[in-house]
Amino acid sequence: MAYSEKVMDHFTNPRNVGEIPDASGIGEVGNPKCGDIMRMYIKVEDDKIVDVKFKTFGCGAAIATSSMATELIKGKTLEEALKLTNKAVMEALDGLPPVKVHCSVLAEQAIKAAISDYYKRQGLDPKLFVSTACDCHEGHEHCSCESCKI
Amino acid sequence: MKTIYVDNAATTSVSKSVLDAMIPFYKELFGNPSSLYSIGTDAKRAVDQARVDVASCLGADTNEIFFTSGGSESDNWAIKGVMHELIKKGKKHIITSKFEHHAVLHTLESLEKEGFEVTYLDVHENGIVKPEELEKAIREDTGLVTIMYANNEIGTIQPISEIGKICKSHGVLFHTDAVQAIGHIKIDVKKENIDLLSLSAHKFHGPKGVGALYVRRGVKLLNLIDGGAQEFGHRAGTENVAGIVGLSVAMKEASSNLEGKNKRITAMRDRIINEFLKIDRSILNGDQIHRLPGNVNICFRGIEGESLLLMLNGKGICASSGSACTSGSLDPSHVLLAIGLAHEVAHGSLRISLGDENTEEEVDYIIKVLPEIIARLRDMSPLWDKIVKEEGMAEN
Repeated sequence: MAYSEKVMDHFTNPRNVGEIPDASGIGEVGNPKCGDIMRMYIKVEDDKIVDVKFKTFGCGAAIATSSMATELIKGKTLEEALKLTNKAVMEALDGLPPVKVHCSVLAEQAIKAAISDYYKRQGLDPKLFVSTACDCHEGHEHCSCESCKI
Repeated sequence: MKTIYVDNAATTSVSKSVLDAMIPFYKELFGNPSSLYSIGTDAKRAVDQARVDVASCLGADTNEIFFTSGGSESDNWAIKGVMHELIKKGKKHIITSKFEHHAVLHTLESLEKEGFEVTYLDVHENGIVKPEELEKAIREDTGLVTIMYANNEIGTIQPISEIGKICKSHGVLFHTDAVQAIGHIKIDVKKENIDLLSLSAHKFHGPKGVGALYVRRGVKLLNLIDGGAQEFGHRAGTENVAGIVGLSVAMKEASSNLEGKNKRITAMRDRIINEFLKIDRSILNGDQIHRLPGNVNICFRGIEGESLLLMLNGKGICASSGSACTSGSLDPSHVLLAIGLAHEVAHGSLRISLGDENTEEEVDYIIKVLPEIIARLRDMSPLWDKIVKEEGMAEN
């Protein structure tokens, strides 16, 4: 199994690592039993993600996808960020080995979880804005998406 | 950047003398050992001599050594070959341990599908089988006990002599996968009452793709590979002459000055273990005393093994881990689970396996670099945050 140069770059020098003390939303996905947890912090102003940070426990791909996902949503509106798919994260990293696809799914879910948390804090029902389904269809026990839960 | 290779349990480099001994059999002495002309008979003589040398390293007789393609074939052949003979006498039960190599475990799974029954012994927190538990597991229809000599991941050495004695007294055959032990531990198959033993050349500076199976005279086993008269008619296929020569030279080298080499490697191992255990919330896996001289296996809580390996690789250090991500499966190593580790702890394991070629300077470098990497990974780990929150900061 070999990682692309971009994956190695984002693993070796991950962007946006850390926490946001006064975050507007925090999302955490994954399971320590499976070997990966991602926690994302977003700072939202006027429906725009003005800052994003993450902390990840996991493999090289888990750290790289977290890093890339935060880069892709930074400065974007919530609506735009919700459109980010795991596929887009993978493409931005020049691909992932097949066994690591679920890491990109986790990254997508982590963003959605953070945005859902933001809506909740606003007193809004996140289900109205955030769809939780993903298209991985992998049946991973890692994955908390609806299609994988089956 | 200099490469520091500390994954000698995975494989080893081929030593110069081994390679030099092999080359002629790829060049002028390329003949088929079954041929009658001199380049063939010379090759045959080399195979015969190799058999003598390997036998003498193990305290075996020459005609008890069969060359194979490696450890996995030897394990498969020993277990399937013996049981397919013994089933004729109504013996269908096998005893093994929970943390054998997959070459043994998957072979047993395949036999279970055929109707054989297997007892998997506990290896306890220290990673060692209890002989009394083994003895209790022996049944009327037990045909074979297969217990590894030393574990490939955590390096724990099993009470082989005691197990051999128990098996002998109950009339049960005893196979041991000694792939990790050969070249590190002096083994005498007769004294230890071993009936079958698997070994692999590339674990002790020999070439890959060649191994051997010791079979005590009188033990019947069905052939695994049919098709020729090689290996006394028990293992067909034109001999891997260069590989067999390489195996024997490597084995002789590994067996010489074992004590001196082990003393040096053990000291380096213990230095690494002691330093690593100073890192907050680190756990040594497997018994500290009954352990291969070069094996270090430690879990660092709150981090994941693959990212640790990638960072070590970034510093030129080649090591290994039992995390799920490195195995390509969802579960961490069955060995670490067998000694009772929680999944999330087992994911953070690191195995360093030292060999003859490692130096004190390399150990210094590893000891210096590792704590920095652990700190960096923990700094970005939400799991570490939780552990510290729940259990409090370290006292020191």
